[in-house]
Amino acid sequence: MTTGLLLIGFPAATGLAGLVFRHRGLARYFALAAPVVGLYMAAMCAIMNPKFALTLADFGPIRVDLALEVSGTAAAVAIATAFVTLLVQAYSVPYLRDDPHYPAFAAQVNLFCAAMLLVVTADDLVFLLIGWEVMGACSYLLIAHYAKLPEAPGAAAKAFLVTRFGDVAFVLGVMILGAAAGSFRIGELAEVPDGPAAAGMLLILFGCIGKSAQFPLQIWLPPAMAGPTPVSALIHAATMVAAGAYVLTRLIPVWPAHLLLIVAIVAAVTMIGAGLCALAARDLKGVLAWSTVSQVGFMFAAVAVAAGDAALFHLVSHAGFKALLFLTAGVVIAIAGTNGSLRTTRLRPGDSPLAFWAMTIGLASMAGLPPLGGFYSKEAVLGAAYEAATPAGVVVFWAGIVASILTAAYAARLWLLLFWRGAPARDERAVVPSGEAFSLWALMIVILAFGGLYFAGPFLLPELHLDLMSLLLLATLGGFAVVADAWWRGHRKGVPAMDGERDPAGVLGRARPAMAAGFYAERLAGKGFRAIARTASGAARVLDERLVDRTAVEGSARATLAAAEDTAAGHRGGLVRYLRLSAAGTLLVTAVAIGVSLWS
Amino acid sequence: MLVPAVAVPFFGAVLVWAWRDRAFAHWIGVAAAALGLVVVALLPLGRGDGNWSTMGGSMTGGWWHEVEFAWAPSIYLDFSLAVDGISWPLATLTALLGLLCCLHNALGAERHTSAALQVPLATVATGGPSRDAGGVTGVPGESGLGEPGEPALGEDGGAIGAGAEGRSSAALQVPLATVATGGQTRRSLRAVNVQSPAAGGVTGVPGEPASGVSGGAPLSGTAEAALGESGGATGTADAAAGPSATLTALLLAVQFASTLVFFADNLVLFFIAFESVLLPMWAIIHRYGDPAARRHAAAKFALFTVAGSLLMATGLFVAIADTGTADLGALIVLGGVSPEISLLVFALLAIGFAVKAPLWPLHSWLPDAHTAAPTVGSVLLAGVLLKLGTYGLIRIAGGIAPQGAADAAPVLAVLAAIGIIVAGLVCLSLPELKRLIAYSSVGHMGFVVLAFATGTEAGVNAALFGNLAHGLITPLLFFLAGALKARTHTGLLGSLGGLRLAAPTLAGLLCFAAFASLGLPGLAGFWGEAFTVYAATERGGAWLALAAAAAFGAFLAAAYLLRMLRRVSHGPVAPAVAGVGDVTAAELIVWSPLVAGTLLLGLIPGPLLDLFGEGLL
Repeated sequence: MTTGLLLIGFPAATGLAGLVFRHRGLARYFALAAPVVGLYMAAMCAIMNPKFALTLADFGPIRVDLALEVSGTAAAVAIATAFVTLLVQAYSVPYLRDDPHYPAFAAQVNLFCAAMLLVVTADDLVFLLIGWEVMGACSYLLIAHYAKLPEAPGAAAKAFLVTRFGDVAFVLGVMILGAAAGSFRIGELAEVPDGPAAAGMLLILFGCIGKSAQFPLQIWLPPAMAGPTPVSALIHAATMVAAGAYVLTRLIPVWPAHLLLIVAIVAAVTMIGAGLCALAARDLKGVLAWSTVSQVGFMFAAVAVAAGDAALFHLVSHAGFKALLFLTAGVVIAIAGTNGSLRTTRLRPGDSPLAFWAMTIGLASMAGLPPLGGFYSKEAVLGAAYEAATPAGVVVFWAGIVASILTAAYAARLWLLLFWRGAPARDERAVVPSGEAFSLWALMIVILAFGGLYFAGPFLLPELHLDLMSLLLLATLGGFAVVADAWWRGHRKGVPAMDGERDPAGVLGRARPAMAAGFYAERLAGKGFRAIARTASGAARVLDERLVDRTAVEGSARATLAAAEDTAAGHRGGLVRYLRLSAAGTLLVTAVAIGVSLWS
Repeated sequence: MLVPAVAVPFFGAVLVWAWRDRAFAHWIGVAAAALGLVVVALLPLGRGDGNWSTMGGSMTGGWWHEVEFAWAPSIYLDFSLAVDGISWPLATLTALLGLLCCLHNALGAERHTSAALQVPLATVATGGPSRDAGGVTGVPGESGLGEPGEPALGEDGGAIGAGAEGRSSAALQVPLATVATGGQTRRSLRAVNVQSPAAGGVTGVPGEPASGVSGGAPLSGTAEAALGESGGATGTADAAAGPSATLTALLLAVQFASTLVFFADNLVLFFIAFESVLLPMWAIIHRYGDPAARRHAAAKFALFTVAGSLLMATGLFVAIADTGTADLGALIVLGGVSPEISLLVFALLAIGFAVKAPLWPLHSWLPDAHTAAPTVGSVLLAGVLLKLGTYGLIRIAGGIAPQGAADAAPVLAVLAAIGIIVAGLVCLSLPELKRLIAYSSVGHMGFVVLAFATGTEAGVNAALFGNLAHGLITPLLFFLAGALKARTHTGLLGSLGGLRLAAPTLAGLLCFAAFASLGLPGLAGFWGEAFTVYAATERGGAWLALAAAAAFGAFLAAAYLLRMLRRVSHGPVAPAVAGVGDVTAAELIVWSPLVAGTLLLGLIPGPLLDLFGEGLL
């Protein structure tokens, strides 16, 4: 129990303390101590698998428990989370060495990590919600970290609001399930009758779509690049984006089976659509962002065939290579001295062998080349879909194959554009600061060794299928071939390396600008939201200020005063008027009295 | 213990007022408020077990403590106080906020604001009616303030005065008969401010009867008389030099009356206490508020609330006539009034409380009052006065007319849901910081009323919790907004920006308060709102739509609060924000209990919910 509490409590406490005491030395100490302790506790949890519940809030008929249940798979995800956080923190120390707001940054990263660990280990949906939304708030703070970057506040607010929009549904779904089951404990939800379960799970799915940036709520993720690069690594690799998929895997037993097709469709659309966007994207971090969306689609695909462990296996594998890719991207951009646009960012492999190899390994793993982690995890997901033999399985299987082709294509394109366009010679070899280098090395080793987890890990995975493996490899090679073909054609024609025509994304033809802009979804959604908000707000203000306040409330006051004036005026006449009035009054009273007496 | 809990703030108020000229008056106020907090905090000691039993023909034992003195039995009025797990947290909150407000005054946390706001009023010299300066005149404003900047400030004053005229419909204005009776001690001789928005500038010279004012309204007259004060004189003059001790006395008076409301175990006493909160609050807004809008706002606030309370009084007397007792505890335990008139009683009471709560569409006094009130006024309004409404609704209206409450629940719930959505939408485009926070209160109170309307146990618990959480969070927001306005002299979102670069700690606290207000889990605001959604979901059927509306309201809250943060904290540093000081130690002292409370209630909601479970409903 103590282990479980410390796992969340220590990073959370250091995070809060770091926000209160903004001292640089202390912050650096906390920054490393929190994930180290978290990592240790997660490892302990993997051995002890703690399970306990304390009452957090008793609302009478229903209770919220501080309930943790750390199964083997949850511990694996927790370890991945703490590990990535540790590397991100180690990387940030040199990366943000000149940043005056570093203490707040480090504290927020710790809080972020604590929130994710809470989501991973919680066994009570409302308790889980705490981590779920604190994560959203931390992402807001971290994305808005660069105070002087004009687009940062907007991107941060968008990230928070879009996920919060999903959370409207998520909260409703949780409450429906809780009301139906009489408990929020995940273990007790399986008995929920089909009707509430369907409604609740669809709503929760929408919340997870928001958090995981799946179609149609993918719009917040690409702009979120405005945050510092380590934050992107954190959000994309092991926290936030993965949380949606993770929660869905926890709730697989609750799903009515026939509704999984909806998850499959969401996953299929996202995998392919985001793959196309990644292929067309115009800057380094944009490619990685869209690739995250696409890869999380794979996790959703595994959920759609009720293969929770395959999803988590891909989650952990993705955490490794995506963290590596983002952290390396930060190094590459720093060495190239650009803003990350693919038009200008280029290096020679020799400029920084570490960056070159880190990028290469990360991309190869993402594309699914054996024997790297990505190969095993993708094979596991597709294998599960292959074995499922449900409509959902068919949909995600073929979508997964197409997405694999696209993955290989955009990985190859990125690699070619970054390293093989030649670059102006640099006088000296770029030095990667030791904190950053440490993180890259650690992640490379993990990815190389990741395959072992397939054979020895806590995950229940489908067997390796030989036919599937070859199909997957063929798909990957197909993706490479398309890009290589486009590249060499340009080369043969003698198009200079810096020319836009050389970009293999040209194979997309006229659709490319639309894809590079994410099918304009972000712009449309932004415009639509603003228009709706403006109209609705205007209408509400008219209703509230004009109708209720001015007309009803102040109007009644005015009417009262006017009546008072009139009455007062009536009493200001001369003697004649008084006489007339009293005569009329007497008559009226008499008439009424007679009428009443006659009537009764 | 109950009697001291009520008496300490009362005598504190009297003492502070009596010694308001002394330098230590503020500290007497602080001491009284602190003592009050200690006494209230000690109340759970030796409490009863919450079980009612019949002893000697009357019900007893359900309260933690109770005291009873006969006062005027013929009109069912007893001075009987009682406390339980529902009223105690609210009383503690009241005492805490009272203490913080007194501290705020005593530490002069806002000294330079008040000066900035008031200087325009106190500058224009020379007595006698003068109509040139746009309705603002001061008599011998030689208080040494801002002689150099006088012309500019004078123009400012003009602008403010003009604003007042433009905004206020003459009809609603309570014409001011601020008769400055001469011979008052100290500064009142120096600067008298009489502002009659409808009629341009009118000045009362000390010692003269009010000149040229078109007749004092009864309300104004009584209030002035009740306060036994010398009109607006001391207030403005004092504010120019620092927070007034009279303000502290008024704060304590509010604290006293509110505590009495929460502890009243007799319906007539409850009504008297409920009404007497109004007077000091009216005076606070009326005399210490934003000069441009305070008269209008104060009048609207007072008239509106009085109208509601009269209906409430009718309801109370119907209930007393029906049951023959005014003993609240007995009424609740016995199941309230007879079923035939239950709906009538509930409707009458609910309208009264709904005005105070406020429930849409009876809320429109609130934004004006909050916007115009001084910081401490807004804090007490949000933290205490709104709670009176919801407390009354849950405890009194729901307690003595439970059938009526069940019958009227759909209406209440729909209005509450509309309130949540409308307030959220309105907030999306409001241009002014304090007004935005005020409107957000309407939304939050909508959650409370909706949760209560569901009538389930979870719902009532959520309502009580949300009520208390709002009492911590919104005052914090108002303190922060007050500090911001004090520094920048503007509350317009359009002219703010870049606060996190200029004053990082203040921006961080604002961010914290905004997160708490949008119901971030782990902070106090979450539990009430999430379980409002739960309670509505639990009812099923059409209530699901209300649950969805409430959940969507929480999204709107996020939208408008992030918009607020973006305008205030982010972006390039606006000219108004440039060079503002960061949070001072005094401010931190005042705010930190609220921050800590928000965090604590958010992380450990259990004990408070257990208290509610012991309470009598």
